[in-house]
Amino acid sequence: MKRKALRAAFPYTLPICVGFLFLGLSYGFLMRSQGFSFVYPLLMSLFIFAGSMEFVTVELLLSAFAPLHAFLLALMVNARHLFYGLSMLQKYKNTGWKKFYLIFGMCDESFSINCTVAPPEGVDRGWFMFFVTLLNHIYWVTGATAGALLGYVIHFDTTGIEFVMTALFVVMFLNQWEEAKDHRPALVGLGCSLACLLLFGSSGFIVPAMALIILSFLLTRKTFAQEVKAP
Amino acid sequence: MTMTVAQSVLTVLAVVAATMLTRFLPFLIFPEGKTPPAAVTYLGTVLPYAVIGLLVVYCLKDAVFTAWHGLPELIAILFIVALHTWKKNTLLSIAGGTILYMILVQNFFR
Repeated sequence: MKRKALRAAFPYTLPICVGFLFLGLSYGFLMRSQGFSFVYPLLMSLFIFAGSMEFVTVELLLSAFAPLHAFLLALMVNARHLFYGLSMLQKYKNTGWKKFYLIFGMCDESFSINCTVAPPEGVDRGWFMFFVTLLNHIYWVTGATAGALLGYVIHFDTTGIEFVMTALFVVMFLNQWEEAKDHRPALVGLGCSLACLLLFGSSGFIVPAMALIILSFLLTRKTFAQEVKAP
Repeated sequence: MTMTVAQSVLTVLAVVAATMLTRFLPFLIFPEGKTPPAAVTYLGTVLPYAVIGLLVVYCLKDAVFTAWHGLPELIAILFIVALHTWKKNTLLSIAGGTILYMILVQNFFR
């Protein structure tokens, strides 16, 4: 059962593998170039496992000691996980002990696969989602650690490599657009976020954007709920 | 590095704690057996589509306010859209877009 689930999960994680190795390499490489031992990216990628926040944490570690500020900033940057959790309440149900790890490892990419992909017939859903999460976790830790280790020996121009994250989400957006019959939820997300970015600036737009998205959906619920079918 | 090892460990722990709080909170509020209200279930079906849009904007949040106002990002994204519409290959679109972006920012948009 486990092997079958692993075999079914692996192909879906392949694009993430390349993305995470790329991004992880540049993250580990960055940390090493700032003078950190490879132990830092190893443990941070293992326990934080939220890529964008790990990049932010590099900056935090280089400035003055302010743990409360770090805590609040991480809450803001990662508040989108609250969305993910709400979306996965039903899907993570009845997965036993694996549920703890599924929630612990719920990064953007694992969420997007587990949320949109139904495991093939005869494959256990819990184990499928477990392996999606575990494989992505392994790719990320491997990339980050390898990047730091490479930083000890080679030097190359990685300027712009962080765009791999943007490219990943743009392609995910396009794939979802193709699958969905109703494009309004996607447009609401894009529109509210853009409006709040221009209104509140880059450091403070995430929370208002989320609030505006939730509010828009709740206000239009009656018309949406009848037309939008559950995926 | 300005921090001591103990200080940097505490900083990382603070980030870990906050990250885990955002991941576990919905499951703690609505444990198994307890049915979330209809509004919450409804949000669960529409939010995933909106969140990816939010993440795209999140990735571009700083680009908009730089000297080039996100022009290299826009070029790379248009390239990704064209490539993805043409080939429908996720891996190829991500790699192609990233390589084009790296060429752009390393040579033309410095």
